[in-house]
Amino acid sequence: MMSGMIVDKSYQAVTGRKGDIIQQAMGVDYSRYESGSIAFDYEGMMNDTGYTLEDHIRLQRRFNVGNTPIFELHNLTALARKYAAPGKGARIFVKDEASNPAGSFKERRAVASVYHAKKLGYKGVIAATSGNYGAAVASQAAMQGLKCIIVQECYDSHFSGQPEIIEKARKCEALGAEVLQLSVGPELFYEVLMMLEETGYFNASLYSAFGVGGVETLGWELAHQFMERCGRHPDVVVCANAGGGNLTGTARGLQKAGCSAQVVAASVDLKGLSMASDRQFNRKSFTTAHTGFGVPYATDPDHSDVPRSAARPLRYMDRYVTVKQGEVFYITEALAALEGMEKGPAGNTSLAAAFSLAREMDEDQIIVAQETEYTGAGKHIQPQLAFARRNGIQLLFGDPQTEVPGVNIVFPADPGLLQARDADLDHMRASLIRRQATRATGPVTDADIAYLVEETKSSPAFVRKVLASLGL
Amino acid sequence: MAKKNDWVRIHRHVLEPEERTGKLPDDTKRVPLEMWVKGRLENECASIGDEVTVVTCVGRREHGQLIEVDPCYDLNYGAFVPEILTMEESLRRALFGGDEA
Repeated sequence: MMSGMIVDKSYQAVTGRKGDIIQQAMGVDYSRYESGSIAFDYEGMMNDTGYTLEDHIRLQRRFNVGNTPIFELHNLTALARKYAAPGKGARIFVKDEASNPAGSFKERRAVASVYHAKKLGYKGVIAATSGNYGAAVASQAAMQGLKCIIVQECYDSHFSGQPEIIEKARKCEALGAEVLQLSVGPELFYEVLMMLEETGYFNASLYSAFGVGGVETLGWELAHQFMERCGRHPDVVVCANAGGGNLTGTARGLQKAGCSAQVVAASVDLKGLSMASDRQFNRKSFTTAHTGFGVPYATDPDHSDVPRSAARPLRYMDRYVTVKQGEVFYITEALAALEGMEKGPAGNTSLAAAFSLAREMDEDQIIVAQETEYTGAGKHIQPQLAFARRNGIQLLFGDPQTEVPGVNIVFPADPGLLQARDADLDHMRASLIRRQATRATGPVTDADIAYLVEETKSSPAFVRKVLASLGL
Repeated sequence: MAKKNDWVRIHRHVLEPEERTGKLPDDTKRVPLEMWVKGRLENECASIGDEVTVVTCVGRREHGQLIEVDPCYDLNYGAFVPEILTMEESLRRALFGGDEA
């Protein structure tokens, strides 16, 4: 706390103090994991939280999080099979994460952060999020008796807010949090640093090891639930991908449960829209789980609000597919019309991908979309599509491949046109290697090569080839 | 007119356009970084547009221009979107066939 002192609050001064502020606000000294070269000790950072998978399970039981049901979507499976080759069409399941207290899987990320903050004597927690994580932290802070501030990017310069984000603000306030709303811009992190400094609260970062470790329970539960219900593990687990914590945590949990399911990332394709643009802010219908976060965070995990992110999805990703906004809205309507469940829409990104991927798989295989999320006024396909139309976005039926983010939303004219598209994973792997290698000083060591192989789930030959192309 | 302890919403500029970071698209760089927050009014009384201070629900003091007294949520389910109905009808038809749609 800096009260009583005169503190320089200019942008340069505050961001210049970032390292100290974050250390004060988390009690983690990130420098101890650095090698001085490219590599850092990821597993060391993940293990040093003091919370094992068993601890996370115990804490989540205590605070009413997790143990969410899995539902088999019989009608969506039947529909997928009508648009698949004979013998194709895997059984489609979903894990109903909407049944967590604050309505999403994000609460798994909040439990240990809030618990740890309280244990260390912090009076409150701060999180930077426009999404479900805000409600998750607010809910846990309410349950565990801490104060909570949520910082949101919410409005454009005409004070027009994304209906989905305004609903999240309402929910956070309903759960007792202060919600500080900002207009468009990455300087949100500057505001968060100022708030951390002013209040002395804990930084409940989405990217901390406490948070990502908490998602391991999701993968662990999935593996055990499928053994119990189907006598076997799922073949494919689809995770919506934005900051990468969902996929990272789930995959680590699956591994710890001995499940070798293929892990597929899915993001909504928002190619061409700038995430920092005031004018384009309200021309998108998805504020999370989209490529505008998914690709930059996968290829450069360490540009978040912590020096080293615990969310490193390329370590665990077997495949990365994108779906269009129109396809996610369509599957959201299908979930309501054919399965009797109103969820999402953003939380159905993985389900849209699963519906497409199921058609490539055999009938006796199992694919699972590992989350749902709550729905409500503002955060629902009708207000979001009405908002899109009001912002000049055309709503069309046709081939979603032709959708242009910011211009139109194309719903599949028939279910067979819902088609997830593969993103170039090797291109992303090379991009990660390039960024990390060019940032480091000094020669590349064998330990660096081994680290980059793990970072990208690739091979020494692949890493060496990329490094050679950089002259390293 | 708001009086002390009323629940209000305030607004202020956190960064003016010239104070914003260099890495922004031009349209964002041209506008200020703005902030909105709610709290209990500290001033004895104030009108919309006045500079005021509030205490937020976590006990933090903030200042800015008063923009709303008794702020409410006006989010809803939006205007009717006929395409949703079309999707619903075609999905039922695709799965169950024309007669049972």
